[in-house]
Amino acid sequence: MNGLADEDLALLLLIRCFERKLLALFEQGELNGTTHTCLGQEYVPVSLRPLLRDSDWIFSNHRGHGHYLARFDDPEGLLAEIMGRKGAVCDGVGGSQHLRRGRYLSTGVQGQSMPVAAGVALHLRRHEPGTLACAYIGDGTWGEGAVYEALNMAALWRLPLLVVVEHNGIAQSTPTSAQMAGTVAGRAAAFGVRHHALDALDVTAVRHEVAPLIEEMRTDPGPLVLEFRTHRLGPHSKGDDVRPPGAPPADWYAAYRAAHPAQSARIEAAARDRVERVAAEVTARPLASWGGACA
Amino acid sequence: MRVGENLNRALHGLLRDDPSVYVLGEDILDPYGGAFKITKGLSERFPDRVLATPLSEGAIAGVAAGLALAGDKAVVEIMFGDFAALAFDQIVNFAAKSVTMYGRRVPMPLVVRCPSGGHRGYGPTHSQTLQKHFLGVPGLSLFEVTPFHDNRVVLDRMLALGEPCLLFEDKVLYTRPMYGEGAVDELFAWRTVDDVAVVELADGGDPDYTLIVPGGLVHRAVSAMRALLLEHDLAGALLVPSRLHPFDPAGVPGLVPLLARTGLVCVAEDGTAGGTWGEHVAAGLHARLWGTLRRPVALVSSAPSVIPTAVHLEREVLVQDTTIRSAVLEGLHG
Repeated sequence: MNGLADEDLALLLLIRCFERKLLALFEQGELNGTTHTCLGQEYVPVSLRPLLRDSDWIFSNHRGHGHYLARFDDPEGLLAEIMGRKGAVCDGVGGSQHLRRGRYLSTGVQGQSMPVAAGVALHLRRHEPGTLACAYIGDGTWGEGAVYEALNMAALWRLPLLVVVEHNGIAQSTPTSAQMAGTVAGRAAAFGVRHHALDALDVTAVRHEVAPLIEEMRTDPGPLVLEFRTHRLGPHSKGDDVRPPGAPPADWYAAYRAAHPAQSARIEAAARDRVERVAAEVTARPLASWGGACA
Repeated sequence: MRVGENLNRALHGLLRDDPSVYVLGEDILDPYGGAFKITKGLSERFPDRVLATPLSEGAIAGVAAGLALAGDKAVVEIMFGDFAALAFDQIVNFAAKSVTMYGRRVPMPLVVRCPSGGHRGYGPTHSQTLQKHFLGVPGLSLFEVTPFHDNRVVLDRMLALGEPCLLFEDKVLYTRPMYGEGAVDELFAWRTVDDVAVVELADGGDPDYTLIVPGGLVHRAVSAMRALLLEHDLAGALLVPSRLHPFDPAGVPGLVPLLARTGLVCVAEDGTAGGTWGEHVAAGLHARLWGTLRRPVALVSSAPSVIPTAVHLEREVLVQDTTIRSAVLEGLHG
């Protein structure tokens, strides 16, 4: 694996440590509801981070902690949101899967963000050329009709819609082979939409591969489907991992640590400390207060 | 001027006055101008902001919500209001919730127009009035076109709310004239109290009964009122709100005296009974005016049935002027 700048590795490990901490807090009964961690997929938003601009819109989904942290480096606000504490990004109303901050927005219904992102992309194409709307979806999301309605419009209207597919091979408990006929590539091709698949877990390699595609979208708008063949290390939410134990899925973390042990150990220790500090501080905060529907 | 023309002019004016407004829908471009011609002339005049879409109601509503999120305003035409069911997730789970679910208020200026109602022989999937399925959703307001309310004022109001609004439009109403100032006909006069059109006998007097109906039932209601007056010597009043939900007639000070001195309140609506707008209005009246109502509020809905296509079968299911007349007589004397 290519070596990374400390800053990139710190972000990757911040997300990894944050998600591990969430699972620990869950075990301790500190979290309400459920949570979906992105363990194994952290490198996707970290790879895209320098390729996206602050003026780009990001639409995230139910597995969005990594997307948020890669955009804002704000574990305090995110944890406060998840725990319903003061300082929460959305006052504790949205929780893990309904976040909005500036041009970042996540929703909890599969496929729902795709038409909305297309609408934003329509605005951007006309008023802010060179800016794009990025929607993260999973392989399971391709079961939703909204995806195709939006892809069709994005292709017809040449909208700058970047669809990032985190294809982790499993939709909650259902393997892709049991829920998707054909392929993502084939479905994109049916709409005449450009598609690019990536197997690399290496941030530098991903950026190298993807940067020209995104730059091209900015000058010659049109939708692009980027399919990351990635790996979900943990359960979908809690206690629903029905996969038989076997060889662990490929993990950028183990590969990077093997290649760069000293840097990994140093940065991971710092990330772990940071997350522990954040968790202790946020847990001690008073409960979030919401101005209500008319706020 | 006919109601459909008033609505068409309202859209022209809105697009002219506000460059952030988009109109989206299926088959809305000229020369066709939409299934009911309500968008006629818009695309020739504003080609960049009047967009014909694929047959994708869900994504049309979603794209409109995206435009609103990015700072524009959007008016969506659902060709037949029945198809709003296909956009339910975008309207209810995204656009309406987005107004408040992110902690701070997110403006979502978005109008979804729903041509509704029967009496045209379009059959079970093209004749419904779906108001009840959208009632009580936080962040979602329901309006209905009436022959009293100027649609430009209504559109401006809806967009200014900063939350998604459904605008129900009775298809039969499109071809009926808007009422001129003050007079409904030689018997009845109208005025407005807040956003509620109030129709009363021109020569005044306490009403024996008061009807409350959405805009689409106005002509059937007025026809029933004429018959009740001429054949039964019963004087009626009629209340027609522009905004159906939220709507609390007992909370409008100018309406309370009227409601208090009427012999019967009857709420009539299209659509089948069960969790309806009319039931909601009646429940509110019972709670707020329990001490003054003389009788329980009477309700009129269409028959518990799909809406048949054949004209004689359709007539048996849908609310007619005679249905309203019978309900009033039964309420007063039954």
